[in-house]
Amino acid sequence: MNKIVKKLLIRAIGLALVVLPAYTAGGSVLIKNGTILTVTKGVVAKGDLLVINGLIKEIGENIAAPKGIKVIDASGKYVIPGIIDSHTHIALAGTNEGSEAITPEADVGEVVNADDVSILTALSGGVTMAHTMHGSANPIGGPNVVLKMKWGKPSEDLIVHEALKTLKFALGENVKQSSRTITVGGPPPRYPQTRMGTNAIIRREMLKARAYRKEWDRYNKLKAFKTPPKNLLPPRKDLRMEALSDLLEGKMVARCHDYQATEALEFLGLAKEFGFKVQALEHAWEAYKIADELAAAKVGISVFADSWAYKMEAAEGIAYDAGYCAKKGVLVSINSDSAERIRRLFNDASKTMKYGGLTENEALSLITINPAIQLGVEKIVGSLEVGKQGDIAIFNEHPMSAYTRCEMTIIEGDVYFDRAQYLKDREEAAKKAEAPKKGGRS
Amino acid sequence: MIKRLFFICAIIAVAAGLISAQAKPAKVIAIKGAKIIPVVGDDLESGTILIRDGKIDAVGVEVAIPSGAEIVDAKGLCAYPGMIDGYCFLGLQEISGVSATVDNRETGRINPQVRAIEALRYDSMHIPIARSNGITAALVAPAGGLISGQSVLIKLDGWTNREMVMKSPAAMQIEFPGIRGGRGGFGGMGRGAVVTADTTRLIAELKDIFKNARYYQKRKEFAFKNPAFAMPEFQETFEFILPVLRGELPVMISVHSDRDIKAAIQFVKEESLKAVFLGAEQGWKVADDLKKSDIPVIISSLYDMPPVWDDGYDSLFRNPGALNKAGVKIAFSSASASLAKDLPYHAAKAAAFGLDKKEALKAVTIYPAEIFGVDQIMGSLEKGKTANIVLSDGDILETRTNIKKVYIDGLETDMSNRYTELLEKFKKKRG
Repeated sequence: MNKIVKKLLIRAIGLALVVLPAYTAGGSVLIKNGTILTVTKGVVAKGDLLVINGLIKEIGENIAAPKGIKVIDASGKYVIPGIIDSHTHIALAGTNEGSEAITPEADVGEVVNADDVSILTALSGGVTMAHTMHGSANPIGGPNVVLKMKWGKPSEDLIVHEALKTLKFALGENVKQSSRTITVGGPPPRYPQTRMGTNAIIRREMLKARAYRKEWDRYNKLKAFKTPPKNLLPPRKDLRMEALSDLLEGKMVARCHDYQATEALEFLGLAKEFGFKVQALEHAWEAYKIADELAAAKVGISVFADSWAYKMEAAEGIAYDAGYCAKKGVLVSINSDSAERIRRLFNDASKTMKYGGLTENEALSLITINPAIQLGVEKIVGSLEVGKQGDIAIFNEHPMSAYTRCEMTIIEGDVYFDRAQYLKDREEAAKKAEAPKKGGRS
Repeated sequence: MIKRLFFICAIIAVAAGLISAQAKPAKVIAIKGAKIIPVVGDDLESGTILIRDGKIDAVGVEVAIPSGAEIVDAKGLCAYPGMIDGYCFLGLQEISGVSATVDNRETGRINPQVRAIEALRYDSMHIPIARSNGITAALVAPAGGLISGQSVLIKLDGWTNREMVMKSPAAMQIEFPGIRGGRGGFGGMGRGAVVTADTTRLIAELKDIFKNARYYQKRKEFAFKNPAFAMPEFQETFEFILPVLRGELPVMISVHSDRDIKAAIQFVKEESLKAVFLGAEQGWKVADDLKKSDIPVIISSLYDMPPVWDDGYDSLFRNPGALNKAGVKIAFSSASASLAKDLPYHAAKAAAFGLDKKEALKAVTIYPAEIFGVDQIMGSLEKGKTANIVLSDGDILETRTNIKKVYIDGLETDMSNRYTELLEKFKKKRG
């Protein structure tokens, strides 16, 4: 072969390898001598954890290091599953489509912003996955998206396709625009302005969706005939109704922002009436008042540890909410709902030990396996088990201690946050910044 | 008749005795067998604290317990001094988003006349929650504007607002603008954070007010001595700023960026003020200047993002440690009402990022007491101090620790609070 052609070919292949977003198998890493808190399979006091090509291959003692693998010494440290935030709004180029009350077509998954530094913030607190949601301005918001905190990767690589498709609903003060001031010449109040109206508008949309589906069913049935009616026309396509149809058909599940017990129960009533699934209630500050009902309905909650009393409907949000409900058999997760709180979810989880009497492992579950179950990804993340993805956080002290600090965050075997490296880089950057001064420009 | 009168008198005497006995603390209480962490002085593995008339009478391994003393068996527990919140809104704020319940922000920019004590809601639902987590005193401050008003140092127990006062006014609150653009919360970190340059202008404005207030005072004194001269027209702002200028009342200045901190140090020096800084988020950049100035720093809530991304993700967390290492006196604060109970966790967070654990404890006990000039009466477990004592089943800065008993002025406080009341109410729900 011609030498030049050969050279070009090699170059082309090289370029393709660099440019094309080829399937990445994930990294490989061996973590040595850490206290491994698997969450679901107990504690390995002084153990090793091996990740090969992004998946956990082995957990045990004295695992031999495969050739060339990155080895992390976790002596004296705690190795836990990557933390999962069940409710945030980070890494989005838009949160609320608040111009109308019903916007189930407004999908936040289409506006993922992988450049949001909140991803880095989340990583610094051991978070590897987040349920990034539509805001709570509307009774029916839009679809949410589950992301891995793969800082530096393009938006498409962050999206977790295995996760349940979730649709955001919201009730109460935000929806009825309680804190909005109506100004002369400003926009008129939007329907609904009450909790009655909120329920009514959701019911209205569900009835519409039901009728919409019926029309399509009728059309599809006729169309399937050997000789369909001559003048058969399809019904008008309606993106809103398409989204709600997905919900009614079980292709999506509801995640509903609520605060008060009454609105929560009534929403569960709507779900029963129309046969859609409520995966979890968000915030649910009065869940402790209806813990038995939630447990019976198998509806989880995703709540704050103790951020309360910031609005009227949060006035009875007691710090016992999470712990008490967990003990009553409700699937509970602790969420951040904030680009700041996301880096101290482990601190918030630990508060359920004081308020609610949970054990260390139960408290840790609230930010690992429980949110994984709520997002439908418990088969691939949420605990340290062989076969699951290598999403791991390493802490210097027990993660439920107030004195703890995240040292390293790993996603699918790749290190995305390394405090030691971060400090090193910072020191070097500081030295560089100093350097020109010493040079003495005169 | 006389017999009857005698009988009535006897009943009154007995009843009065009973009432006064109830109102007063048991004369002597002995807390026995606890691990004692006095904060000032060495820890005792197992000792006794003797409380007499609300004050600490003795702390030691071998303490003679007088007969008739009420004995509290504290075996297995730790005894700490009550914690002091360096800056909060307890009693001034119930539901932060409902303006009808918010009394910490007066309208206008110059409000030296407003006093936190006069609006303090002594039965705020947030006070027992903070208290039952081991916090026994707090600086409650007005906020907003340039001169926000007068703060008050309270103990977290009392049946009227005035009963709670430890020191009022405690300080004049002054606010310099924050570093805008870098704050997080809902929606994430802002881009293009800029340090506002307003502070120079605000310092000039303050200097002007101070100058005029001094002149006002001179005119008043002159008119007082010379009846031929009229008194100057009454000026509310000057009247209430004068105690600051006379050095009777310290100022607490919230200041954030390194540049503003330097400017504020200069300002304090020029005006010869007694000052405390609040916030100082970029204090680590000018720690030596702060040390030289001798101005202590109340660290604001650590539940926040770095003011500027370039400071590093952990800049707020390591700031207290850096300041402490440089020799700056620091104290922690909740800067909250609904989360005032979290004071210890701010200290622990700083300890996770370089602050010595013992120093972290001091910064919620003896250091704030020193900063507010009440270290003679609180901040540690020492003979003669007010018996503000916390009994816990572990390190009080730990989230996992349970607080068992809290004494204020030697009286055991009620551990029930809004959390427990609501929980108990719904535990009784018919199943």
